Amino acid sequence: MKTDIILAGVGGQGILSIAAAIGLAAIENKLFIKQAEVHGMSQRGGDVQSNLRISDKEIASDLIPTGNADIIVAIEPMESLRYLPYLSKNGRIITNNTPYINIPNYPEIETVINEIKKNPKNIILDADAIAKDIGSPRSSNMVMLGAASHFINIKFESIENAVRSLFLSKGSDVAELNVKALNVGRREVNI
Amino acid sequence: MKNILLLGDEAIAQGAIDGGLSGCYAYPGTPSTEIMEYIQHNKTAAETNIHRVWAANEKTAFESAIGMSYAGKRSLVCFKHVGLNVAADAFMNSAITGINGGLVIVSADDPSMHSSQNEQDSRVYAKFAMIPVLEPCNQQEAYDMAYAAFEFSENIGLPVMIRITTRLAHSRSNVATKSPKRQNDLHLPKTAKQFILLPAIARRSYELLLEKQETMQQLSEKSTFNKYIDGKNKSLGIITTGIGYNYLMENYGDKPCDYPVLKISQYPLPRNFVEKIYNECNQILVAEEGYPVVEEMLKGFIHDNSKIRGRLSGDIPRTGELTPTILAKALKFDIDEPCDIPDLVASRPPQLCQGCSHRDVAEMVNNAMSEYGKGRVFSDIGCYTLMALPPFNAIDTCVEMGASITMAKGAADAGLVPSLAIIGDSTFTHSGMTGLLDAVNEKSPITIIISDNYTTGMTGGQDSSGTNKLAEICKGVGVDAEHIRIIIPLKKNFEENLAILKDEMKYDGVSVIIAQRECIQTFARRVKAKK
Repeated sequence: MKTDIILAGVGGQGILSIAAAIGLAAIENKLFIKQAEVHGMSQRGGDVQSNLRISDKEIASDLIPTGNADIIVAIEPMESLRYLPYLSKNGRIITNNTPYINIPNYPEIETVINEIKKNPKNIILDADAIAKDIGSPRSSNMVMLGAASHFINIKFESIENAVRSLFLSKGSDVAELNVKALNVGRREVNI
Repeated sequence: MKNILLLGDEAIAQGAIDGGLSGCYAYPGTPSTEIMEYIQHNKTAAETNIHRVWAANEKTAFESAIGMSYAGKRSLVCFKHVGLNVAADAFMNSAITGINGGLVIVSADDPSMHSSQNEQDSRVYAKFAMIPVLEPCNQQEAYDMAYAAFEFSENIGLPVMIRITTRLAHSRSNVATKSPKRQNDLHLPKTAKQFILLPAIARRSYELLLEKQETMQQLSEKSTFNKYIDGKNKSLGIITTGIGYNYLMENYGDKPCDYPVLKISQYPLPRNFVEKIYNECNQILVAEEGYPVVEEMLKGFIHDNSKIRGRLSGDIPRTGELTPTILAKALKFDIDEPCDIPDLVASRPPQLCQGCSHRDVAEMVNNAMSEYGKGRVFSDIGCYTLMALPPFNAIDTCVEMGASITMAKGAADAGLVPSLAIIGDSTFTHSGMTGLLDAVNEKSPITIIISDNYTTGMTGGQDSSGTNKLAEICKGVGVDAEHIRIIIPLKKNFEENLAILKDEMKYDGVSVIIAQRECIQTFARRVKAKK
């Protein structure tokens, strides 16, 4: 039982926190994990991604082969499309719909959303608005993780615990807000 | 024994700590930075007083590591692949002196140039120096190798290189740790004059190094890191190095590979295994990250050996890192071509942060240079290299650390006056200071901007050796105090700063403008930590 996930976004949006939370939860459940991430130059406002693989068996490659990812989880809509070559035929896109516009030639957001909808399995939500609603505007990444949690083969409580312990160093109020964002994100998706 | 989730870099750091490390020496550089950072934040390292302070550059780091080895303790020196160029003098000669306490070098290569200016392969350097190399295929091996490498180094009497590439450095996986070893006691080298490389002594030491080559070969042949996995189908044999093994096995899922596979993780190449796979198989595919080092050795100089396939034959692309898909294609597997990225997806290059002081410097420079035209601004490596991209297009060169000052000097020597250099604070103390002395000695008509954000920014905000010392350093090197100007690059100071720059560009000698404002990333972190 293996889940291959591509996490996508723009440097600074918090995809590494999503990866770290899933990683912690996977370890707690004695699963194998490989998680390749981008450090260095491209972290400065550039596109960033993380390849995350979880399995009950040993995993060979740190990178997901093209056409093999089960889900793309994106905190930015255009970034969800950048990794389409990695998505499997039955793969799912789960993305935030708020664009992060730091380039002059960012396409029309409607065309981006329409392109995402061409993929038969897609979940698009306004993670920024949801995060703002609960008073934690910086937690849109955790909203996205909550939405994606349905499709990750790890008990939800484990992910909850992982998010809590990940943010505990920043204070228990911050931790609880992120756990809340996770839960609200999860409830946004009906399956 | 614990099971923890570690980056490849962190696995090396933890392996070294558990392997009896006494001192880590390093200069930040992607993808190697996290090794030192892990040791700096590690509780055991603090309790056992492991040395863990950043060095001014890779050469000073390497020499300190040799010094610690001389004193009998185990030392680790880490840098990115191009850092080894800076440390090369110390590196090459450390193979001649040999070691006393175990000395382990980690050189992190960056195929595909994610954050680098070239794809150089550190294995070539190790062969040049004639020392053993360990190349882990996964995080567990990275840990195990770092753990074992000090003893290996002490047994053979040579420094040992651990070579990793970006993907392993920056990928996390489960690692099982071993029981920690004690640090060595302080003890001087047994052989007097071992570390005095006068020609008469160096000749003997070099003979010794040559004699050790056979031992190195035997150790590679017996090494548990090298594995020969036999397969029934001898129409092809596959040699993988380092992480290439994972990408190969990814293509077989739960099934074994039906071809014989030679997994190389320790060099020199184990002759027994290479001969066996070469003799038993009709064709050989070599899957290695970086240069076609192994492939070229097997093919020979004439390259007429069509039995060997790899990067030189075109079965694997000549440049860039390996992927499972590249291996699948080299194995002629029938795989679906991946769909294309939709056309509407625009590229999103990295950029200077909003509010970054380098932005103000770039605008000031563009304004000042408008009357002289393009092609006169020399820079080098750091966040400020991003001034090369739109909307700034403010710099014309970026070759290597420190080259801004010396290239501006050379161009001025040729008659390109004014020439401007832009260098960061950490890069200035890394390798700009000596070039500044050249310029001072010749009274070169150049203006140098040190864009000082009090940190090593591009690698994530490590301490910078020259913080609060830059003006004094410039004075000490001999820059006229009147032509060392300190400015604060903020919008409100734009006109005033521009006037200072224009003023100094007219001066027929060396001027240094220190543009000081804290990196906004480290600033934000500091404010958060205070709360």
